[in-house]
Amino acid sequence: MTSIPAPQPGQKKLGLVIDLDTCVGCHACAVNCKEWNTSGHPGPLTDFDAYQEKPQGVWLNRVHTYEAGLGDESRTVHFPRSCLHCEEPECVSVCPTGASYKREEDGIVLVNEEICIGCQLCAWACPYGAREFDEDQGVMKKCTLCIDRIYNENIPEAARVPACVSTCPASARHFGDLGDPDSAVSRLVAERGGYDLMPEMGYKPTNKYLPPRKRPARSFAAPVEEPSRPDAANGVMRWLDRVLSR
Amino acid sequence: MKPALSVIFFTTASGAGYGMLFWLGVLDAFGLMPPAMWFGPIGIGIAMALASAGLMASTFHLGRPERAWRAISQWRTSWLSREGIVALLAYIPAAGFFAAWLAVGAGAPLTRAFGLLAALAGVATVVCTAMIYGSLKPIRQWHNRFIIPNYLLLGAFSGAACLAALAVFWQPGPARIAAVIAVVAGVAGAAGKLAYWRFIDGTRGVSTMESATGLGGLGPVRMLESPNSEENYLLREMGFRIGRKHAGNLRVIALALGFALPVLLLIAGAGLAEGTGLVLLPVAALCALLGLYVERWLFFAQATHTVTLYYGRPDCGRREGRPQSSG
Repeated sequence: MTSIPAPQPGQKKLGLVIDLDTCVGCHACAVNCKEWNTSGHPGPLTDFDAYQEKPQGVWLNRVHTYEAGLGDESRTVHFPRSCLHCEEPECVSVCPTGASYKREEDGIVLVNEEICIGCQLCAWACPYGAREFDEDQGVMKKCTLCIDRIYNENIPEAARVPACVSTCPASARHFGDLGDPDSAVSRLVAERGGYDLMPEMGYKPTNKYLPPRKRPARSFAAPVEEPSRPDAANGVMRWLDRVLSR
Repeated sequence: MKPALSVIFFTTASGAGYGMLFWLGVLDAFGLMPPAMWFGPIGIGIAMALASAGLMASTFHLGRPERAWRAISQWRTSWLSREGIVALLAYIPAAGFFAAWLAVGAGAPLTRAFGLLAALAGVATVVCTAMIYGSLKPIRQWHNRFIIPNYLLLGAFSGAACLAALAVFWQPGPARIAAVIAVVAGVAGAAGKLAYWRFIDGTRGVSTMESATGLGGLGPVRMLESPNSEENYLLREMGFRIGRKHAGNLRVIALALGFALPVLLLIAGAGLAEGTGLVLLPVAALCALLGLYVERWLFFAQATHTVTLYYGRPDCGRREGRPQSSG
């Protein structure tokens, strides 16, 4: 059903918090996402010309790199982009078949590939480019928040997080319940000033981004050259140095 | 947005079909159509054939056309679903109109009632078609107040032109009425289109690369590296740019072929001696359809989507952006 579940107080809202300060842009999250999901719930994530000159394919997570600011103040920011599991997901409300839906129990936005007709209207309705059409299968693919990992009792409890989170070497990705104000992810968002992407669109994304931290003021003057000192490791050498320097 | 030919054909053909059905129903209700036994059924048949061809074409855009029937289930939230339902429901009054015209004649109250119902269904379907596009917030060239009037006016224009082209084979009087309606709707449609172009040229999207990334606090944002070295679905579908490069020329073609030429031919065909109308009015209708096809192609090609902000292609209106090098 494409009606959006009415918001309930204290409702579970699973999502990601992505730290743009610590993300190093290694693309491991995107690669592990592809690796897990191509044989997981939304799989296969079809590739075209995978070993040819111009490989293309379906990815549910893509890492952009931006330069923000000018001159000395400019920063290089790596920016992973995936489904934000919005509270007002118009990708769901425009779906004519009911294939797109938002789960009431945890807020995850999913596609039922068995009934998707591949009209692609949801991809047009998503401001964030979270949905990718699988031209081989004729149906829409999107991030499932690794629904086949986070509730999977056959894998160790520590591994029950989305593939992108489990693989991040910089711990820049955090997974949790953003509907609970006391959860670790909610506290992180509150401490670090986590924000929504394109709030003006009114989709109310669940995922939050943490801004790059303020840098300490840096001096760009040339470093002052220290007078050369011999390697005075012990008292005898220092004495010798002093005597011979006269 | 990538102009998918199937979708463009769908909106052009079904717009003309429902427009023709609308004028046939309304004009017959006022006794202004040729009362000939076969005029109505042939007219309704052509109108519904145009609409059906459009609906059929739209299924070619689907990844899984065999599941198209599922599209009518989500009428509570989805304009595409509503469009499908209203389009299917429109066959009922259209069939009633068709049968009543044959059975009890053009002027009978039953025929007129079915005609008006069919007209209503035609308008409702075109409004739903427009809203499929009008409801999409990330595409500012579609999500605005011009979309419904534009779709209605262009459907009214092309539908009336088709009706004039058909009616002229029966009686010059009704053909003249339809032609005059087509001229008025055509001029209004062209004015609406010009106002729409002015609007999309003169406004910018509310979203920027800064709001898309949330990094605006640091200063202006530009893309340093694309996530992918080659094209991807998002860029092919939503980052289509060839149309914008030729937008100026295509607008002239759309205005000349879609509006100016058919309006002149309609005036000439309706005003000149009877024999010429037989040629000029059908040519006018054909011109209008071809011109509107170009117009609809532009409607897609000039539309920009917020996802391109993530790829360092700020909403650039008519300017052709240089492809982003991706290292």
